[in-house]
Amino acid sequence: MAALLSFAAGLLFGIGLIVSGMSNPAKVLGFLDLTGRWDPSLMLVMGGAIAVGFIAFRAAGRRTRSWLGGAMHLPTARQLDQPLVFGSLAFGIGWGLAGICPGPALVVLSAGEARALVFVAAMAAGMGGFELFQVLKTRRRPAPA
Amino acid sequence: MQIDWNHFTPWASLIGGVLIGCAAALFALANGRIAGISGIAGGLLRPRRGDAAWRIAFLAGLMAAPWLWRAFSALPEIRIEAGYGTLIAAGLLVGVGTRFGAGCTSGHGVCGLSRLSPRSLAATLCFMGTGFATVFVVRHALGA
Repeated sequence: MAALLSFAAGLLFGIGLIVSGMSNPAKVLGFLDLTGRWDPSLMLVMGGAIAVGFIAFRAAGRRTRSWLGGAMHLPTARQLDQPLVFGSLAFGIGWGLAGICPGPALVVLSAGEARALVFVAAMAAGMGGFELFQVLKTRRRPAPA
Repeated sequence: MQIDWNHFTPWASLIGGVLIGCAAALFALANGRIAGISGIAGGLLRPRRGDAAWRIAFLAGLMAAPWLWRAFSALPEIRIEAGYGTLIAAGLLVGVGTRFGAGCTSGHGVCGLSRLSPRSLAATLCFMGTGFATVFVVRHALGA
């Protein structure tokens, strides 16, 4: 049931990306090009999504169990830290270089764009680098007994 | 600032955004989870027991979207302007950055801002800031 629901949520998310125009990297770059001929569409995508999300997450935050009866896994951290800031700064540079972020990358890959395969392979390698860093970090600093 | 009225799609983008919001809402309420693509995908690289199926299902749904679309009509234009070298650099930065930064446009930008999370607001300002700056440098300062 959880898998079916996850599939449906992913599908709806992907359809939303295509309807909104965000599956086109050139359009995303049009938004990021503030000083050129600026396409504000992405702001409306965020606005529409957040309008729904704001209501939904308020309701979700009051729940102790999900509709399916499972535990809630919503984040609780509120402190800023260096990985958050420097990671996000680096992500933005990559986003600005190609106009592609992780969601659209997978949609465009599935649509059969060969160039998206190059991006997704590099993205997976980058994510793998993060995992490797985590493994090395825990080895160097063993958890206190 | 000059608005590109030829490419601006206010209604389609607003409706698409609402659909994305509905997907995130469904995922949070029914499954108790954040619809953040980088976290869902990155978590597959070293999955804990019993933690992979829902991730694979979500990503399969996401990747089924263009196929379902094609069953009814032609996909809208997809144009990737970057060359292969740029795509590799961009992909590496997006992969490393979203994992250290604990989220991307969906997890921080959509879900995090909806939750009024200060971490997500900071993250969104950071990646939007360097995103704008990068396009400015590539398109205007370097005059590509």
